[in-house]
Amino acid sequence: MKLRIRFQKLGKVRWISHRDIARCVERAVRRANLPVAYSEGFSPRPRISFGLALPTGAESLAEYLDIDFAANDVDTDAVGASLSGGLPVGLDVTKTAVLPVGTASLQEAVVSCRWEIGVFAANDGLIHDTAWFADAAQKLMAADEVVVTRERKGAIVTDDIRPNIAALSAEARPDGTPIFAAQLHTFPRGIRPAELGIALDLPVARLDVRRTHQWIAPDGALTEPLELDERSNQCLPPITPQPLAVVGVGPTGP
Amino acid sequence: MTHEATLWPRVEALLANVQKPARYIGCEDGAVVPSYEPDTVSWLLVYPDTYEVGLPNQGLQILYELLNETPATAAERSYAPWTDMEQQMRANGVPLFSLETHRPAAAFDLLAFNLSAELVYTNLLNCIDLAGVPVRAADRSPADPLVCAGGHCTFNPEPLADFVDFFVIGDGEEVIAEITAVVRAWKEGGRADRADVLRALAGISGVYVPSLYDVVYDGHLIASVAPRHADVATRVDKRTIADLGAWPYPKNQLVPLTEVVHDRLNVEIFRGCTRGCRFCQAGMITRPVRERPAAQVRQMVSDGLKRTGYDEVTLTSLSSADYSGIKEVVGGIIDDPACSGQVSVSLPSLRVDAFTVGIAGEIQKVRRTGLTFAPEAGTWRMRQVINKLITEEDLYSAVDAAFSQGWRRVKLYFLIGLPTETDDDVLGIAELARRCAEIGRRHTKAATVVASVGGFVPKPQTPFQWFGQVGVEELQRRIWLLKDEMKKIKGAQLKWHDPKASLAEGLASRGDRRMGAVIEEVWRNGGVFQEWSECFQLDRWLAAMDKHGLSPDDHVFRHRERGEILPWAHIGAGLHEDFLWDDWQDALAEAGLPDCRWTPCYDCGACTEFGIEHVVASNVPPAGGSQGTGQDLASGGEVPVKLLATRAVS
Repeated sequence: MKLRIRFQKLGKVRWISHRDIARCVERAVRRANLPVAYSEGFSPRPRISFGLALPTGAESLAEYLDIDFAANDVDTDAVGASLSGGLPVGLDVTKTAVLPVGTASLQEAVVSCRWEIGVFAANDGLIHDTAWFADAAQKLMAADEVVVTRERKGAIVTDDIRPNIAALSAEARPDGTPIFAAQLHTFPRGIRPAELGIALDLPVARLDVRRTHQWIAPDGALTEPLELDERSNQCLPPITPQPLAVVGVGPTGP
Repeated sequence: MTHEATLWPRVEALLANVQKPARYIGCEDGAVVPSYEPDTVSWLLVYPDTYEVGLPNQGLQILYELLNETPATAAERSYAPWTDMEQQMRANGVPLFSLETHRPAAAFDLLAFNLSAELVYTNLLNCIDLAGVPVRAADRSPADPLVCAGGHCTFNPEPLADFVDFFVIGDGEEVIAEITAVVRAWKEGGRADRADVLRALAGISGVYVPSLYDVVYDGHLIASVAPRHADVATRVDKRTIADLGAWPYPKNQLVPLTEVVHDRLNVEIFRGCTRGCRFCQAGMITRPVRERPAAQVRQMVSDGLKRTGYDEVTLTSLSSADYSGIKEVVGGIIDDPACSGQVSVSLPSLRVDAFTVGIAGEIQKVRRTGLTFAPEAGTWRMRQVINKLITEEDLYSAVDAAFSQGWRRVKLYFLIGLPTETDDDVLGIAELARRCAEIGRRHTKAATVVASVGGFVPKPQTPFQWFGQVGVEELQRRIWLLKDEMKKIKGAQLKWHDPKASLAEGLASRGDRRMGAVIEEVWRNGGVFQEWSECFQLDRWLAAMDKHGLSPDDHVFRHRERGEILPWAHIGAGLHEDFLWDDWQDALAEAGLPDCRWTPCYDCGACTEFGIEHVVASNVPPAGGSQGTGQDLASGGEVPVKLLATRAVS
């Protein structure tokens, strides 16, 4: 039987890569001693399929993976708790469900994602000017063409990402911090929030990116592969301690 | 001085601009996030190389756990930031930080460096500087952390004497608690003069405080090394733990979130080695042999696999196949139902014989791609000189066993530039490779043999410490000679290390205190990560030598003489100087020396001097082949090793 697992990636662990997550999950599966099915061949690996890669440095409330079990009597709720126990701080399973036979893979099924993008200003604080966000979003949505130049495998590639942008608006986090909320298609090519940043003429390195939803459209209407409910184990982001005092200690340079 | 409690927000602001940001976040399973009270003695354990290289280091992890288990003591870790991160840190005024709480390095009481390789020395300076601490020990104030270092390289601490406040020689398990106690007393006393705490630290056995010694030179030689005070030891002897079984560490091996070298469970099965390979510093300085009890090994493996989720374990030591009952221990792990058939076991430094390949075959049922052996030299003559007494029959039977059991690639490690080496010895490497490739083709068309050669760097505290290292051009000539010969061989490849790097390593390995100025100069000119070929430039080293009036001839290339004061003479590795010298003379006479686990003691000093002994479960050599002793132990027959009459071997 197959289980679909929804998990989140928050806090310091946002800086590990998609590949790193795969390795963490494999180890967590072994730690939890789950009866996972293994691939055949010389180098058997647990049969786990991962969904759309999340850019390194981005947080997410909606990551997915599918695990193939060798047994059919798996307690789905217990799987979530035991996996979370073996994952690093910040990676937590929020929902698990049995996957009906014949369900499309995550890679095939997900049509778009919702992203929240905060912007750090040069002085390391978040930009708080709500009007600036609204204005920038409006301008971009009004454009017929949004040409982005990026480097891909050493070559310079230029293309129009406007067709990939389903929606872009200015919103606010619960604490009032203004953010961009972007709905980005995954077809024909999944554009990265960083490319949106380039289009908005923002310093890419200073974006605070969080994926909040992945959408599938089995009947036309957008829905999450697994919706959270009251039984979901949603955790708050780990709290990072703040600086207490700042003094001029720093490298002098050779 | 007040420090930021955490630099995390400022560190995180840099991470989108660097490769591999996961190097800088910590969060590993097994990491301890300490809490700090005013009376906490805090250690920052620094591995002065990249995170991927440093994280698996077992020595650092053992001390990390021991310190965090000690009341009112905290230990965090740090690794050398890669050049992209360093640039970001310097541009933004972010100092070196710990990974657990991202505290500034200068907020710790001690910066403790692990020195496993000499080419990281410039990184040590860079890390001290990035911490915002004066690079030279003499310039530090009482508010600055104490800078210390341990690890194999500290058996010649002199090249770093100007930068490190104190060195710890030998096993660290016991001595760190004693150091912590002295530093605690200093803190409680108001952290007054640094000289006070250093003087107190010098009273601890195994602790060397270089500023308490005067070195007088006579040209390029050393005239004398003498302590400045009567109560400071004239020679600092290494610390040795008698019973490895009393230290079942690490109990919580760190599990990184990102890929590192040796990314698997590591369990140390013994420390020390009595094979007596004359080039091997590790084998000389870690004597005697101390085996971990088999039951404890199995327990550590089973607990470790369960806790970490790894599916691979390495049983580490300098020669793991020599562990008493290795077959039973390995079998026990593989047959453990908790391992559910998915666990693979690996043994580093495979001994060269069919017996060892048999064990390797049992444990590596899948993924049989490559197997590595280290004959180290191409001819029996040369192997007698270096006391790596592997016969050609040993090697061919091992290689035959490997290919017959399904391996398709055999890698052979060799040293080049060994004492007395001739072109015939160099070409002997090609001959071995040719025979091995032939053996391989009998089993599979896909057979390949890779010969990997590294330039030999003589190390302190070994019989070869007197040997004049072979120069760069001559080493290169020998490599080309070998390359031409290897080209003719079907199914064989040659890989080699840059001989230029061997010269820099030689300078750092056997230099005296004057080499400190060179290391500083190389660092100031941007020479960090010198063991990484993309960062290494020999010219920086040669220019620095020149600037400071030092010649590689004096410090590296010349043969040293008996009676001259070696820069590390006041550091005791437990080996009698007579033993080392006689062994050097035996080497020149092409005479081997058997393993003292299975033959009578030849009094090297390691046991007798320290009142400790080998801790082995069996005094009988494991079965098969010559055991690398050159003797036909399997049949109990003749002893082909030529032994000099001067040795008390019955």
